[in-house]
Amino acid sequence: MMTVATVLSCLLPLASTLALAFSGERLGPRASTLIGVGSVGLAALATAWALLAYSGASQSVTLWTWVSVGDFQPTIGLTVDRLSLVMMGIITGVGFLIHLFAAWYMAGEAGITRFYAWMNLFVFSMLILVLADNLLLLFLGWEGVGLCSYGLIGYYYQDEANNWAAFKAFIVTRIGDVFLALGMFLIFVEIGSLDIGQVLDQAPRVWAEGSATANIAALLILGGALGKSAQVPLHTWLPDAMAGPTPVSALIHAATMVTAGVYLIARLNGLFLLAPDVLLLVGVIGAVSLLLAGFAALAQTDIKRVLAYSTMSQIGYMFVALGVGAFDAAIFHLTTHAFFKALLFLSAGSVIISCHHEQEMGKLGGLWRQLPVAYAGFLVGGAALVALPLVSAGFFSKDEILWQTMAADRAGLLIAGLLGAVLTGLYTVRLILGIFHGEPGSHHARHPEPGKNLFTHHLPLIVLAVLSTFLGAWLYPGLGELFPAAPGEAADTGHTLLQVLATGAVIAGLALAGWLFLMRRQWLHSVVEKGAGARCWTLLNRAWGFDALFKWGLVRPWQWLVHGLRCDFINRGMNLLALIARVGNAGLVRTQNGRVRTYACVMVLGVTVILISLVLTRGGGT
Amino acid sequence: MILLWLILIPFFGGLLCWQAERWGQQAPRWIALGTMLLVLAASLVLWIGGDFSPPGVSESPWLLEWRVPWIPRFGIEIHLAMDGLSLILVALAGLLGALAVLCSWNEIVERVGFFHLNLLFIMSGVVGVFLALDLFLFFLFWEAMLVPMYFLIALWGHSGSPGQTRIRAATRFFIYTQASGLLMLVAILALVFVNYSNTGVMTFSYNALLNANVPDGLAFWLMLGFFIAFAVKLPVVPFHGWLPDAHAQAPTAGSVDLAGILLKTAAYGILRFAIPLFPEQSQAFAPVAMTLGLVGIFYGAILACGQQDIKRLIAYTSISHMGFVLIALYAGSELAMQGAIVIMVAHAFSSAGLFILSGQLYERIKTRDMRLMGGLWGRIPTLPGLTLFFVAASLGMPATANFIGEFMVLFGTFDNAPEVVIIASAGLVLAAIYSLLMMQRVHFGGEYSQGRLAGPDAREYAMMLLLIGLTLAVGLYPQPLLDTTASMVQPVVALFTDSAGLAAQAEEVE
Repeated sequence: MMTVATVLSCLLPLASTLALAFSGERLGPRASTLIGVGSVGLAALATAWALLAYSGASQSVTLWTWVSVGDFQPTIGLTVDRLSLVMMGIITGVGFLIHLFAAWYMAGEAGITRFYAWMNLFVFSMLILVLADNLLLLFLGWEGVGLCSYGLIGYYYQDEANNWAAFKAFIVTRIGDVFLALGMFLIFVEIGSLDIGQVLDQAPRVWAEGSATANIAALLILGGALGKSAQVPLHTWLPDAMAGPTPVSALIHAATMVTAGVYLIARLNGLFLLAPDVLLLVGVIGAVSLLLAGFAALAQTDIKRVLAYSTMSQIGYMFVALGVGAFDAAIFHLTTHAFFKALLFLSAGSVIISCHHEQEMGKLGGLWRQLPVAYAGFLVGGAALVALPLVSAGFFSKDEILWQTMAADRAGLLIAGLLGAVLTGLYTVRLILGIFHGEPGSHHARHPEPGKNLFTHHLPLIVLAVLSTFLGAWLYPGLGELFPAAPGEAADTGHTLLQVLATGAVIAGLALAGWLFLMRRQWLHSVVEKGAGARCWTLLNRAWGFDALFKWGLVRPWQWLVHGLRCDFINRGMNLLALIARVGNAGLVRTQNGRVRTYACVMVLGVTVILISLVLTRGGGT
Repeated sequence: MILLWLILIPFFGGLLCWQAERWGQQAPRWIALGTMLLVLAASLVLWIGGDFSPPGVSESPWLLEWRVPWIPRFGIEIHLAMDGLSLILVALAGLLGALAVLCSWNEIVERVGFFHLNLLFIMSGVVGVFLALDLFLFFLFWEAMLVPMYFLIALWGHSGSPGQTRIRAATRFFIYTQASGLLMLVAILALVFVNYSNTGVMTFSYNALLNANVPDGLAFWLMLGFFIAFAVKLPVVPFHGWLPDAHAQAPTAGSVDLAGILLKTAAYGILRFAIPLFPEQSQAFAPVAMTLGLVGIFYGAILACGQQDIKRLIAYTSISHMGFVLIALYAGSELAMQGAIVIMVAHAFSSAGLFILSGQLYERIKTRDMRLMGGLWGRIPTLPGLTLFFVAASLGMPATANFIGEFMVLFGTFDNAPEVVIIASAGLVLAAIYSLLMMQRVHFGGEYSQGRLAGPDAREYAMMLLLIGLTLAVGLYPQPLLDTTASMVQPVVALFTDSAGLAAQAEEVE
């Protein structure tokens, strides 16, 4: 029963994609929306059915053998266990709410059919990613979500900047994907299978803990995870990806796709435990990313870019959790983050549409009275983001991460996490104050048109708001038995101390934010206006200049190379042969000048040469 | 006999088309389409009825075989044979031949009869190449493919940039392939004479020459003769000079045939002749061949990014894709070699799709210059979406045949030559760059000019849907294809790896 429900929840979005893609332009916006939203709603129901039918044991279903040559026998097969069920719940559940909201957000846009075709293909690919029982099929989902992300970032295709953002997202993540592919090659050659269960089973027998090959394999897979999950140094695509419609940012670039890297590492935990150094590196990269993004979020003016950097920062927390071996905590934070970040993005979307596509913080402001629903969404989502103690979902999951970090004795990671909490408080308060308080910065902000539709506008926001409170944290089933014991299970003292510390960090962040943005507003403005303050602002605004690094380190050299080779110099080289033939031809043509004297002369010369050579060879012979 | 008919049907069909022009413009088109479909149907019937399990020791490795003496004095026979690989390729040729006829339905309006005669003569030559087992006969068909292709480019082609006439492109194509064909002829003759002096029997028979005892040094040169002939056609950098011009300036049907079938004759030649005739030398040559493959992947990709002519861009991507094939053929593993065959099929679909689409685009906007395109997504219904599919296939998106092929090659090669795979994998990023750049320049961005253009009509849509269906079918369930070719590939791989083993033993003895 469970497998039927699972397959069904995959097939429904796929079927609707096909229906939408091949409809030509026959389907109106209404029908497209109905098919697009309805199919994901049904998929969510199917997932609920699978959850109800779940007996506690994992189940597999092999649909067919994809390729079979010698040992190489990847299948099209799905495995359902608790981890994939949690992911399915997020993908179809949160996905459905976002689809529903999109019906409001996208109303009146051209190309609705294309929008839902891509969105549903995304849901399908993402489901395959989390359900695949072997790495090659996982890779299918992995690349599929990348392609859909490309199609949706570039949804407003008339603006060239959007297309280049889509292009950048695809290429940067593709660089990560190549590492993942190489990891698959290595795993297949060494272990002889791509089946995830078998790989995890066999790896400890083939590789000693800490062996070079295990380290390389884990590193390669980490490379793939970094690209998809926008962690340093492959993170530069995520802020630009905000060019897509806001529901896309909510679904793909906050709740699901960008957390695929976390899922991948959690799924292959056995492999990473064989490479403790790489696992630590995961944590360090997470810590670096969370700080880097936290600082960058402070200096953004576009509300979606603030949210993008905050996403990157929160995924950094998940990587920290993975890095200390607390896989359960990472997935816990993944879940709550999916709820509250989707809420924040949808609320942002509500603001953006109400203010006629205005998303610059400077041009918004003072909206709290006119847009109460979005304001409430931001307050609840923001509370979860800063991990407001006890009432918010984010508190429980972030606390778990910090506690595991402490229990694992990683002081550096813990300090980064606490500092990150302060930063989160700062940028969240700045964001909410910038949108909803102070003076309206433009005509659109003075006269917003609030969303009124109960079903497509209010409902998704309300449900996500409820999920972003402690109720959402309670919903998380816990995956402890799937993973090896987390460090926190052995330790039992200090948890209270940590909670005090974490609460302190949150309050410090909020208090600092209140003081800075309410009391010292003018002073802050004057600081970033000129001198060192302005340079600092630019540096943070450009997120530490990684883009420039890539531009001058990779993109420009590549363009020079393309430009330099454009003439196809190897081909030119082959043309030399033709040139030689032509020169030879010209030379020989000269000899045919029509004068008998020349011909006779040449003839005599030739005869003499032949005779001399004959005499010489004869002479040599005798 | 049926093998002979597979060659003769397109030949007579071509003559008929030529004469049928007097009945009107449509007659040659329908006759040509019918003939192509007949070839396709015949090969499909053979495929369904065929048994492709590995043959027993005493059984013939051929599904069908037909031989009659031709010039007994020199031991030349008309010896045709078909196994799984040749069957697949003949079917592919029939399919793409039909598409070539369909895609020029409105494009070609002058000398329609003669045009289809050339198309069908190409088909005849290609089928001959895939079926001929006598080396002399093989050479004959190999050369016979060129002439109609030359006419196709020279008479119905487009002019390129100023100074690049279609005649020039056609001549260049002809000289490249002709010159390399001569090298192969020399190699064939030398092989025959060495065999003659060893055994006293003058024969051009493939089976006999497989066991020819050629001295090692000479064998290497002969292998090189075969290799270069095939390398020009594949094409391998630095012998690729003919390809961009020929592709860009050929009519759509010519590009489809060139990319879809003619390039595959080269890979077929390596698989059927160069490696089995000279396994040890091929084994020794493998590092060089793989390096050339890598160079091709990168060089083709870099040049593709720099093109402004959409057909030249696609042409350079072919060089890049064929680099993977070359690596796979010399990787010495069944997985990689099977992968090479899948790439051949996949590339036939995806490049045919892209060429046909750029032909349809040309019919609408009368240019191939991407600087004059942009923003077409909003101006033409459906066509951009179709393009996106083939672009995704070309960059190796999973679920397409191209992905299966490339990844089988990479998986299969990693064991023997991990460094080659590591470098080649970077080509996957480059494939994404050039493929998406094309999308970017042609279909996205601001609209270069105004006005809505017609979407694909039923004929154009049907061709695309067929190719999409096939690409997905092979991408999701390639097993029927792999099972068909397995019994052909396994012995070649065994020869290759055995000779590696022998070489290693010899070194140990020394």
